[in-house]
Amino acid sequence: MASILRFRKLCYVEPVKCSSLGFQSYVTPKVGKKDDGIVPKVKTVVVEKKREQQKKKKKKRQPKEWRCIDYCCWMIGYMCTTWWLLLFLYHCLPATWPGFQVPESPGTRLKREGLTALHPVVLVPGIVTGGLELWEGRPCSEGLFRKRLWAGSFSEIFKRPLCWLEHLSLNNETGLDPPGIRVRAVPGLVSADYFAPGYFVWAVLIENLAKVGYEGKNLHMAAYDWRLSFQNTEIRDQALSRLKSNIELMYLTNGYKKVVVVPHSMGVIYFLHFLKWVESPPPTGGGGGSGWCAKHIKAIMNIGPAFLGVPKAVSNIFSSEAKDIAFIRSFAPGLLDSEILGLQTLEHIMRVSRTWDSIVSLLPKGGETIWGNLDWSAEEGHGFSFAKKGQASMSGNNLNNSNQRSLQLKDPVKYGRIISFGKVASQLPSSQLSTFDSKEFPRTNTSTNFNSSCGEVWTEYDEMSRERIRKIAENKAYTARTLFDLLRSVAPKMMQRAEAHFSHGISENLDDPKYEHYRYWSNPLETRLPDAPDMEIYCLYGVGIPTERAYVYKSSPSEKCKNIPFRIDSSAEGDEGSCLKSGVYFVDGDESVPVLSAGFMCAKGWRGRTRFNPSGMETHIREYRHKPPASLLEGRGMESGAHVDIMGNVALIEDILRVAAGATGAEIGGDKIYSDILRMSERINIRL
Amino acid sequence: MSFLRRRKVPKTQNSEPQEIEGENEHGDKKTKPRPKLKEPKRWSCVDSCCWSIGCICSIWWFLLFLYNTMPASFPQYVTEAITGPLTDPPGLKLRKEGLTVKHPVVFVPGIVTGGLELWEGQQCAEGLFRKRLWGGTFGELYRRPLCWVEHLSLDNETGLDPSGIRVRPVSGLVAADYFAPGYFVWAVLIANLARIGYEEKTMYMAAYDWRLSFQNTEVRDQTLSRIKSNIELMVATNGGRKVVVIPHSMGVLYFLHFMKWVEAPAPMGGGGGLDWCARHIKAVMNIGAPFLGVPKAVAGLFSIEAKDIAIARAFAPGVLDKDVFSLQTLQHMMRMTRTWDSTMSMIPKGGDTIWGGLDWSPEGDFDCCARKLKNNDAQTADQSGKGSLGSTKRVNYGRIISFGKEVADIHSSKIERVDFRGAIKGDNLINTTKCDVWTEYHEMGIEGVKAVADYKVYTAGSILNLLNFVAPKLMARGDAHFSHGIAENLDDPKYEHYKYWSNPLETKLPNAPDMEIYTMYGVGIPTERAYVYKLTPAAECYIPFQIDTSAEGGSEDSCLKGGVFSVDGDETVPVLSAGFMCAKGWRGTTRFNPSGIRTYVREYDHAPPANFLEGRGTQSGAHVAIMGNFALIEDIIRVAAGATGEDLGGDRVYSDIFKWSEKINLQL
Repeated sequence: MASILRFRKLCYVEPVKCSSLGFQSYVTPKVGKKDDGIVPKVKTVVVEKKREQQKKKKKKRQPKEWRCIDYCCWMIGYMCTTWWLLLFLYHCLPATWPGFQVPESPGTRLKREGLTALHPVVLVPGIVTGGLELWEGRPCSEGLFRKRLWAGSFSEIFKRPLCWLEHLSLNNETGLDPPGIRVRAVPGLVSADYFAPGYFVWAVLIENLAKVGYEGKNLHMAAYDWRLSFQNTEIRDQALSRLKSNIELMYLTNGYKKVVVVPHSMGVIYFLHFLKWVESPPPTGGGGGSGWCAKHIKAIMNIGPAFLGVPKAVSNIFSSEAKDIAFIRSFAPGLLDSEILGLQTLEHIMRVSRTWDSIVSLLPKGGETIWGNLDWSAEEGHGFSFAKKGQASMSGNNLNNSNQRSLQLKDPVKYGRIISFGKVASQLPSSQLSTFDSKEFPRTNTSTNFNSSCGEVWTEYDEMSRERIRKIAENKAYTARTLFDLLRSVAPKMMQRAEAHFSHGISENLDDPKYEHYRYWSNPLETRLPDAPDMEIYCLYGVGIPTERAYVYKSSPSEKCKNIPFRIDSSAEGDEGSCLKSGVYFVDGDESVPVLSAGFMCAKGWRGRTRFNPSGMETHIREYRHKPPASLLEGRGMESGAHVDIMGNVALIEDILRVAAGATGAEIGGDKIYSDILRMSERINIRL
Repeated sequence: MSFLRRRKVPKTQNSEPQEIEGENEHGDKKTKPRPKLKEPKRWSCVDSCCWSIGCICSIWWFLLFLYNTMPASFPQYVTEAITGPLTDPPGLKLRKEGLTVKHPVVFVPGIVTGGLELWEGQQCAEGLFRKRLWGGTFGELYRRPLCWVEHLSLDNETGLDPSGIRVRPVSGLVAADYFAPGYFVWAVLIANLARIGYEEKTMYMAAYDWRLSFQNTEVRDQTLSRIKSNIELMVATNGGRKVVVIPHSMGVLYFLHFMKWVEAPAPMGGGGGLDWCARHIKAVMNIGAPFLGVPKAVAGLFSIEAKDIAIARAFAPGVLDKDVFSLQTLQHMMRMTRTWDSTMSMIPKGGDTIWGGLDWSPEGDFDCCARKLKNNDAQTADQSGKGSLGSTKRVNYGRIISFGKEVADIHSSKIERVDFRGAIKGDNLINTTKCDVWTEYHEMGIEGVKAVADYKVYTAGSILNLLNFVAPKLMARGDAHFSHGIAENLDDPKYEHYKYWSNPLETKLPNAPDMEIYTMYGVGIPTERAYVYKLTPAAECYIPFQIDTSAEGGSEDSCLKGGVFSVDGDETVPVLSAGFMCAKGWRGTTRFNPSGIRTYVREYDHAPPANFLEGRGTQSGAHVAIMGNFALIEDIIRVAAGATGEDLGGDRVYSDIFKWSEKINLQL
């Protein structure tokens, strides 16, 4: 302390010496002899000298320490001040930046046109986007009561990751809550307006609906626990009854106006399930009677509908990875697999996500008829114009694809092989492919001692013998049909649970009484639409973004425990401009759902009066060509076609507002098609 | 230290340029390397500031980090170390007893506690879409107060939305679990119910826009239909088990209104049929029920002040009245609250019969110090020993408003009253051009104001005339929606109108003999009951009346404090209002309760929090803090899990409610 005082005095007398750098050089040369050598030179009084001698020892270290900390503090202070200043300036900014004209929102424009709220609107969120909160938990989750575990800031993942995973898992046997844990869907509009702070899902649409007069009484978010199978949301939470009651209430309190339902992603098939449930007799159904839908629903405006499933779900269940993860792996091999920090991220994710029945609802439906077999697929040959997609390349991964169209056409991609082991296997003609019926997979555990050293079983791969894993890889190629045998083999528990709730086939005869069971209700190919000739069904989805359609896998044998033995072969690259990129074959779509899955039912399956649509309700396809945001200021873009970002697409919002305000499909312009969905649907040979 | 050092530097440095330095110590130059020449500049004043800010920030972050890494049980551990082991929260305790979720539960929040959010606003409310205007942090109140007031006001003619503004209640449990961050309303009860298995599907918050009159919530938002539909849904999805309804404060009246509405035929009612309540409701557990209104509402409407504001005024005279910051806080508040019809529902009901006349009141013999009336601040020590003194003088509680302290005390025959109703309004108008905020007082003129003061004393009966005089618009709107009398003949068809539905003295309870009605409230806190008013000296732009805070009772234990006469209650609702209906009006089979619904009075004696670690206390009896009272929560959970009033132990009474009820002469 005193030495500091002394230096202060020094500074007073000779300011120069106090400079931080000078200071250092002043002290360091000869620490021991400081008082003899330097101080006398300085014209200070004797008192000071004495004082200094007393505090000699301290002086040795003090100056240096202070400097370092001072610098830090100074830096931090400087940054904070600058930050606050910027923040202050930012807040002082006028809301409308001069020069940068905020484009008028569709809601404001349509309000000026005279549109007002007419039909109540029901929003049905998709998988993953809905918030989940904790109602009862283990001791490790103390203090999280009624806090969001899913969506929101996700801060708990970092604070207590294992606890978080444990609470989000469901019971592996029943697919319901594990004992002592209750995690429930957040109700109300807040459940899915923003997924994370700043990352909107429904918020933009809600805001625009509010502009034309919507509010709490005619706008309802049908939040449900998206981890459960659809029927289980009714069994555990009565979510379907709740939705029915709310629709009836809104119909009553809004002057007997039918509702417009806007489901998104998985919400689409959830609502299909609801349509069947509500008209079925209790106890499995809602007992609304056969006229319920006709009486209460004006239109269903499906956004990014996953009617026939998404191939992404396959890779998700199979190896818990998708394009994005495969990319990371190819860039930084070993990062995800190594046991840094004792984390095995992917394995954990696999363990948790395999308890979620709802993922099974997204597996490709319709088998080879829809998704193609070993040699044929509906999308091959056409529907692949990368020229269009050139502008869509946000991540730059297909910039170089734009001029290679001709190459593609020569050698059609075999999209039917959703999973193939090795790049070669994905391209060979089927005659040269060594396949055997996948039902022959050895079902019994031949060597159980394989995992005996691993302790707790995490993923079901631990229970599989290496021989079986090898055998799986030998089969080379899997189509949408054989895929299920594969998944049943690698994830027996999940498939057993979930297949009691979901079905993925095509019905031969819809009059068969077995189709009254709820497991068929969410499959558009095994149910009839309700008898409601005035109802309208829209398919609204983005096009122009490469979307995962088939995968090239490799097996990654490892002696390590708790390891996922298969992974996407990210080294498998096509020629310049081929659809194969890092082990993934792409088609047109909205980044998650291929056009075929989103559009087929509206384009063909339900068009006109078919056996799936006996009352002949109208269907409309509205495609939105993807345009990446023009500038940073636009955020996620107002003309985006991406699976979630499309909810901010101005054209889509306008369509929804018009229909909600009373317009019919014909009035908003009928079909609006950019992709080859109609021709693709033509090629699919299905009895209608 | 080093901070001091640096601060000195700039002074010398700036005043003396570098050459001086050279002169001073040419000998040193060899030892000092080059950079020195520029360096001194760096530790300027700004740098020192930055340095100190940096220090503070770092320390702050460090503490924050420590706080975040602290195990969650640490505060509890500290509390236990100081106060000894905590009792289990009631939810946990009852769970161990084996109670589980049985009856679905419906919460009906009271006035003020429910959140309101913006759905459509004026230009000034940009960026507030679906943000909370009421409840939460109230951040906008400070940033744009006038805009805020404008958006929360309703239309003065219709009592509905002003054009271009839509403010709507927040829905779901979040609507009223916390009023402001850290200030719980329903959160503790919800957490305890969750312990025995309740969750979203078995709990429903009947959020409504508490600014509107009750029937208007149905007209504008269809809130009553919504509640009906949700109760029906919960009963259906929970195996036909009836709901337990838990209204709080004004929610009590709202739910009374609902019970009449739901059985009344459409279009005015919900068309549920005459046995709807019997089929769907197991029990109504009213918390802090202002069945017969609260005197506070009168002061609120009359001069927009209550005890708290009067005290603030006494301490700092002028702050609230002055044009500091050119804000006229009270006037703004008055203009805003007078557009809220719901405040009308809280005006004392039943007139002189219930609340007392000029010389008589049921609580007349109440002794302010015999029962240890504890202030919330636990300053009870000096009040406990003086039981005998106060009882000698009776307080004229019936005079809810009196002008001047003497008037409040003397016998009625000595009061000279001049009827104000004939007074000419608008004569001698105040020059309103100077006033920023327009209130209806400006139209009254000085004559009108004087006439009001000349009437001297107002009882519960004449209060309505007074309010009609000073706030004609509000009362005109309000009279169409609320009534405050006592029915002579309940079979009169006029009582089918919705304006009577929220007044327990003008309606019959539904025909549901198995239903139970509880009234649960805190006692032991002095509660406003009557006011001493005075004229504001400068009656220009100000509200011409204010509570006379100089009016103090003679002795220290008098009921009169700061111009307010207090009785026993929960700080807001007097015992009489909360307890009378269940203690007498509905007890047994009466004309108000034809089917003989059983009623129970459960009182909770207020005990202030033992220490500040307890927060708002686990035995509080205060109007809102009672929602964290463990005994009350336990009662609720037991009933929700299937118990009846008898199982709980029937009545539990600390106050003189039965004695006072006896004195009220009401035909039953």
